[in-house]
Amino acid sequence: MSEALKVPTMADYMATGEMPEILFWVGCAGSFDDRAKKVTKALVKILNFANVKFAVLGTEESCTGDPAKRAGNEFLFQMQAMTNISVMNEYKIKKIVTGCPHCFNTLKNEYPSLGGNYEVIHHTQLLQELLSSGRIKIEGGSFKGKKITFHDPCYLGRANDVYEAPREVMLNLDAELAEMKRSKANGFCCGAGGAQMFKEAEKGDREVNVERSEEALALNPDIIAVGCPFCNTMMTDGVKHFNKEQSVKVMDVAELIAQAKDL
Amino acid sequence: MIASIIFILLFAAGAALFTVNSRKVIRNIRLGKDVDLSDQPEKRWKIMTLVALGQSKMLSRPIPAILHIFVYVGFVIINIEVVEIIVDGIFGTHRFLSFLGPLYNFLIGSFEILAFLVAFGCAIFLIRRNIIKLKRFVSKDLDGWPRTDANAILITEILLMSAFFTMNACDTLLFNMGSHHYNIAFANPISQFVMPLFSGMSEGSLIFIERSAWWFHIIGIFAFLNYLPYSKHFHILLAFPNVYFSNLNPKGKFTNLESVTNEVKAMMDPSFTPPPANPDKPMRFGAKDVTDLSWKKLLDAYSCTECGRCTSVCPANITGKLLSPRKIMMSTRDRLVEVGENIDKNGSFVDDSKSLGSYISKEELWACTSCNACVEACPINIDPLSIIIEMRRYLVMEESSAPTELTGMFTNIENNGAPWQFPPSDRLNWKNE
Repeated sequence: MSEALKVPTMADYMATGEMPEILFWVGCAGSFDDRAKKVTKALVKILNFANVKFAVLGTEESCTGDPAKRAGNEFLFQMQAMTNISVMNEYKIKKIVTGCPHCFNTLKNEYPSLGGNYEVIHHTQLLQELLSSGRIKIEGGSFKGKKITFHDPCYLGRANDVYEAPREVMLNLDAELAEMKRSKANGFCCGAGGAQMFKEAEKGDREVNVERSEEALALNPDIIAVGCPFCNTMMTDGVKHFNKEQSVKVMDVAELIAQAKDL
Repeated sequence: MIASIIFILLFAAGAALFTVNSRKVIRNIRLGKDVDLSDQPEKRWKIMTLVALGQSKMLSRPIPAILHIFVYVGFVIINIEVVEIIVDGIFGTHRFLSFLGPLYNFLIGSFEILAFLVAFGCAIFLIRRNIIKLKRFVSKDLDGWPRTDANAILITEILLMSAFFTMNACDTLLFNMGSHHYNIAFANPISQFVMPLFSGMSEGSLIFIERSAWWFHIIGIFAFLNYLPYSKHFHILLAFPNVYFSNLNPKGKFTNLESVTNEVKAMMDPSFTPPPANPDKPMRFGAKDVTDLSWKKLLDAYSCTECGRCTSVCPANITGKLLSPRKIMMSTRDRLVEVGENIDKNGSFVDDSKSLGSYISKEELWACTSCNACVEACPINIDPLSIIIEMRRYLVMEESSAPTELTGMFTNIENNGAPWQFPPSDRLNWKNE
């Protein structure tokens, strides 16, 4: 684990005069949140293993502005967007993979009319590409006999109609995939979206993440799979609420693949 | 002759009143901000055929879907019968369409079966609302007028269908009796079971009951038509244009405010000159009142039939928060109606020191997770989320009244480029940890 990760920046690439295949947009959570950083590293290991020429923006990356926009602060959002766009256009970025569905949605849908036109995919879509093109192969079933349920992130699922990529990736794991009753287009929010992550919830009977975790735990899964750092936090807290953290793990799809490859 | 004149007067009055009231609704919808939704007509026709005509989004809940199909198809097809009633009413003819011969027999037979299904559907709907008390129908969103509105619609439809059966039953009895005017036989798959109620009555009584049912039926239809613009039931007309003008973008894509873009560009690039502001319309960020919303949001509000599917899937509502997407739509309509009445009374809008915020509280707005479940659930593609976001924009950008934690988050993004308080220089530290 301690060996240094190979994480080239766009600036490094510029110095060599080469271009990466893809920009990995790490996101604020992926950069700063302790739990999400592990997912970032898992994804980097996969990218390195599959010999994907990728780069990060490093310190030149800044918040996409998603939480500001959902909270109504359009000024701040557009300031962030235009700053990021000028950085990315300077580097002539064509393709981006994000570690977070919120960054994915914002970069893909809200940047184009401000001058940022890129092909944007979510990391589960990249994993699907890598698996289907054979750049990663998974043999042996370290997840054999495990029950996994996938919690759809709102901003990947309903917001952008990506339901199959994470599921197809997990099919490679030889595990049992169980669906919650509220899944795909009817998926139930973890409670973090719309800038809720950064504030206390309004007065109510219970927390949204408790409601959702209860639904997931009712399937008796070994793993609750997620594709979003905020869902990860919310579901992890929800599992703790029911004192199930010993028996049920909350893991990002990227971590499942990294673990299956022993990375 | 006198009957014809009375009929023509009633018909003309009904049609005129409906035109006047519908125009008011259209005027109110046009109070919204302009947005161009004329793109991709093929895609729009397709989605309208599928979602509005084909009811595809209703299918997620099969029982109400089937009952709703009964009422919907019945309502549309029985209107052919209304054409006959109107012609008979104007010209004093009796069952004018009977020249169609065997086809007429088939039509009336089908109408009776459909009318029965309509009445059956409405009866089950009443039971669901008032006896089974489904959660989304006993919600406090519907307290008062909305609940009465829903029941009034269902009861009226049952009464209208009963009048249709009564009319047909008496007609057949009079035909069997050889009554002079009633010289047309027709299939009566349902009304034959109503006939025993009236058998043994005199010709005079039967004619009286048949005529009463006929007049009740048609006056009821005129009255119902004029009830629509005041009722949630207006969805039977507005659902179609509302679905046609659906949002065709990914649901996660929020609009980028152009006024903000100009300001941000001016801030970042000193050589950029923003286009001159329109002096007639002061610039406003987000929505303070209904007139700050696009006309499509206002059409959404008039099209909403308050079914509550949105609220029943809302994570905030399910966990006991105040937010209800259905109530967002109802409040938008209530305020719009109020603004419309203000204009009717004063010629143009006179400040009433109220706004959309008088109807929708901050507590509701800040409870939203922007998960789009409400938008997904709506059978006619209404988008409550975009209203919530427009109102948040107003609160944040014009009133600076976001919850404190969110103000902190804004400051962090401004200063550190992240919603948390980490220095931007540490952004790549993870790779060595």
